[in-house]
Amino acid sequence: MSGANRIAGQGRLTPAKTARFTFDGKAIDALEGDTVASALLANGVHLVGRSFKYHRPRGILSAGPEEPNALIDVSRDAARRQPNVRAPVQEVFDGMKVASQNRWPSLAFDIGGVNNLMSPFFAAGFYYKTFMWPKAAWEKVYEPFIRKAAGLGVAPTEEDPDHYANRYAYCDVLVAGAGVAGLSAALAAAEAGARVILVDEQPEVGGALHYDLSVKIDGQNGYDWAQATAAKLKAMENVTVLTRTTAFGYYNHNFVGLVERVTDHLAKPDKKLPRERLWQVRAKRVVLATGSIERHMVFANNDRPGIMLASAARTYLNHFGVAVGRKVGVYTASDSAYEAAFDLKRAGVTIAAIVDNREKPGDAVLTEARKLGIEVLTGHSVIDTKGKLRVSAISVARNGGGSARSIAVDALLMSAGWTPSVHLFSQSRGKVAYDAASGRFLPGTYAQDCLSVGSCNGTDGLQATIEESLAAGELMARATGNEGGGKVELRGENAFEWTGGMAGAGEGAGADTTVKAFVDFQNDVCAKDIRLAVREGMHSIEHIKRFTTNGMATDQGKLSNIHGLAIASEVLNREIPKIGLTTFRAPYTPVTFGALISHSRGELFDPARKTPMHAWEEAHGAVFEDVGNWKRAWYYPRSGETMHDAVNRECRTVRNAAGLFDASTLGKIEVVGPDAAEFLNLMYTNAWDTLKPGRCRYGIMLREDGFVYDDGVVGRLAEDRFHVTTTTGGAPRVMNHMEDYLQTEFPHLKVWLTSTTEQWAVIAVQGPKAREILEPLVEGIDMSNDAFPHMSVREGKFCGVPTRLFRMSFTGEAGYEVNVPADYGQAVWEAIWARAEPLGACAYGTETMHVLRAEKGYIIVGQDTDGTVTPHDASLSWAVSKKKTDFVGIRGLKRPDLVKEGRKQLVGLLTKDPNVVLEEGAQIVADPNEPKPMKMLGHVTSSYWSENCGRSIAMALVAGGQARLGQTLYVPMPDRTIAVEVSDMVFVDKEGGRLNG
Amino acid sequence: MLLIYCPYCEEERSELEFRHGGDAHIARPTNMADITDEEFQEFFFLRDNPKGLIFERWRHIHGCGRFFNAARDTVSDKFYMSYKAGQPKPDVPGVTSAAATNENTGGNAK
Repeated sequence: MSGANRIAGQGRLTPAKTARFTFDGKAIDALEGDTVASALLANGVHLVGRSFKYHRPRGILSAGPEEPNALIDVSRDAARRQPNVRAPVQEVFDGMKVASQNRWPSLAFDIGGVNNLMSPFFAAGFYYKTFMWPKAAWEKVYEPFIRKAAGLGVAPTEEDPDHYANRYAYCDVLVAGAGVAGLSAALAAAEAGARVILVDEQPEVGGALHYDLSVKIDGQNGYDWAQATAAKLKAMENVTVLTRTTAFGYYNHNFVGLVERVTDHLAKPDKKLPRERLWQVRAKRVVLATGSIERHMVFANNDRPGIMLASAARTYLNHFGVAVGRKVGVYTASDSAYEAAFDLKRAGVTIAAIVDNREKPGDAVLTEARKLGIEVLTGHSVIDTKGKLRVSAISVARNGGGSARSIAVDALLMSAGWTPSVHLFSQSRGKVAYDAASGRFLPGTYAQDCLSVGSCNGTDGLQATIEESLAAGELMARATGNEGGGKVELRGENAFEWTGGMAGAGEGAGADTTVKAFVDFQNDVCAKDIRLAVREGMHSIEHIKRFTTNGMATDQGKLSNIHGLAIASEVLNREIPKIGLTTFRAPYTPVTFGALISHSRGELFDPARKTPMHAWEEAHGAVFEDVGNWKRAWYYPRSGETMHDAVNRECRTVRNAAGLFDASTLGKIEVVGPDAAEFLNLMYTNAWDTLKPGRCRYGIMLREDGFVYDDGVVGRLAEDRFHVTTTTGGAPRVMNHMEDYLQTEFPHLKVWLTSTTEQWAVIAVQGPKAREILEPLVEGIDMSNDAFPHMSVREGKFCGVPTRLFRMSFTGEAGYEVNVPADYGQAVWEAIWARAEPLGACAYGTETMHVLRAEKGYIIVGQDTDGTVTPHDASLSWAVSKKKTDFVGIRGLKRPDLVKEGRKQLVGLLTKDPNVVLEEGAQIVADPNEPKPMKMLGHVTSSYWSENCGRSIAMALVAGGQARLGQTLYVPMPDRTIAVEVSDMVFVDKEGGRLNG
Repeated sequence: MLLIYCPYCEEERSELEFRHGGDAHIARPTNMADITDEEFQEFFFLRDNPKGLIFERWRHIHGCGRFFNAARDTVSDKFYMSYKAGQPKPDVPGVTSAAATNENTGGNAK
């Protein structure tokens, strides 16, 4: 048995194919092909959730993605759990667990329901008024309380074990929606030879043909025609048909995002399958066949379980074989709801009455209703409903007053007409236009290569829809150069053309009423809230939306926007188009983060870059730090050592013996060509034409505004070849900067740039024993001080592999940087280590590198400079050529503010108490007793404990710093004020003799 | 995501392959060191923010690596054309440049 309300002979599901799931722990029998909504209804369950703010009992309102009420939590196991799933779109599978949300302790008895009684305190905008004071309470008291009380589902806490896929696709014509219109358009385009992608969010194609049994196309039942057409399309090589796939976003240049739900409907999905697949489609043309969504009627207590859209009841009956009630009322402003009554009546359900608020419904439906013996109350309205957890009666009164009559019902179907789904059209930046005759917003001005067809285009009538869609499909195919096929023709018939429709509040919910007539179910916004917003001064629809939260729930106002607009229009006494629609934004329906991020998580979120020596460093206990994407050895703690201990030991060892440092992450650019020196002259402040082959120079690169952009040592290997190094983080942007100038400003120069960062492994060997360590491993290079002085570069062999050996130092010690091809990096490192370790050397990491360079006052671009520092500010004037007539930044450096007295300049700071280490970023003042706000002179840029100096050292940017040498300044901290003396920046070996050792 | 025509590769590729490079047709003065503060200001700091037609630089950074120029509508994001670096600013048929009206504001900076 798959539910007491399943009617034999109705619907398209197979009675023998059953599936069982649980709802709040209770077993529910369903049929394969059921949605959670249809299965619950088949079992007489209407109460499915509690509302967001008032915790009112809510049921199933719709049979589609517009569902605002029936949000459920669906799980396979603890990790595979998804909250806020719309019950009408979730297909059942055997063993699934469904739980209701936002209720405690149970769905039927929910403590939070007290909010409903207290609703006068929760009027629109109550967030902004009630929880204002004290300010501190917001974060600790109000917000947690609101979040707990007013809520949707609970996010899963376990890591998602499923995987997701991503695919790029290209086509001539993308058709969004596979109802009559979409299928017709796809067929015409495909027959013409176009590459077509047809998508529909439902498990099967057909759209409205799911419920409209009266439709015949080419003599065939509409739904069967749809399936046959889809089968025909699927068999064509040029067509991809995607069901369970939502076109959720329409972006620039016909780029459309689709999400395909691959396994969410399967009891035992193949582990190889992704749960969802994101399709990023670039379509030459797009046909929008997104249909329309039925609106609810706005009247008092229109939200009780059992009250639903008329078309939804038709879908449940005609597709799923489920009667939504035994005694069903209808409240409508549109002919379309009559057909729901007809279908139910013919299936044996009692129709209590059709209440039509129009005096004159369409003649055809009225005649048919009379013929079927259904009572029709024209010019009447439902003004209230009764029923605790499900509607039990409706109060019906003649429009304009009069006594109310109570009619017992167990379900109420409603329709206020149809809203064209212009979401994707609007996302494409098309402009909608208001059609006053039909009271609808329709596609107006197109911004991209797309066309809307069928009811989303306001096209009424089956044959008109078919013809429009066939024409659009063919047109789009021809426009993309397809010349195949002949004309496709289709003939459609249906029972009734529909008239009617209304927007805004109905009888009994008008101005001056205080009833709860819901406009937005998901956010609990009533008609009176919108009026309140207008009274409180919100006159723009965007303000009204935010004040009331109308249309701001996850359903994005698919049902509520037009009603809200109409009510605002009435209160403001301005026409609807003058008020305007709020903006439609992607996604059309919620998209999981899993689908969007696909494989980009965990290790694949952001690739880690590792140097060739990484494995050795790991094996020798290095602790790593992230520098950009690089993993760099930070320090090498020995057993029992803290970071501080390790760094102190490494610092001492380098100055007393030697140290090995992995400098492979430095950016490296090979600059080659007859004009290479001239090009570098323009890119750096220094002069390069004077640099002799075999020598190196420290270079500074500026931006055009005169501020330091990057620095590094450049070696000249030959007249026409330079080995340029950049900062670790700066390599890509320096390369881009150079390419930019070379390609666009100096294209006459014959220069080629090649990034070689990953080609070279770089091993810095620094310290008094550096030469002793390296000498036996070198071939073909005279290592003597005279032949190979500080700031030189030689090519030769190192451990038998080609090397570019630099004599340079970022520590102040005599030092070398051994460049070898990256593949040999670890082997060469190990060979050097084998010699270095017995000589008392150590491996050191980036922290020690930082301390040692600070002891020498060498700056780190990006730490001691911040994009507002010139070379002069950094005491690097010596590196700025005075002879050159041009380089990037030459003019910027002369700007009035850059040559002004009193600029912040880099200086050293020595704390009066040598044991105090300053905090980097701390502010510096002249007078510690100055009342706040104090005048801040600058800040600490680098600060370390220097084991070699036996005290703390620091660098700082200080206003007029060079003129303050010897002055005492102060660093105010929360708990104390630290006195410091301004000094130069060289703390070790001021004469620099050790470099040449 | 934009679809951008690279005039060097001679095909449309996804925006993912490109990097935007700011306004086009702002030539670096050849007498850079000698320009006045006002000229430098015009060259380096001042930019139009037109609603409509804009000429801008792009680099096909994950493709051929070349810089090129494009004419785009800032409202619709429609590209009118792309063309190689160094080519003169083209006329865009049927579209008047908002920037054209204040073309002659800087010395030799433009």
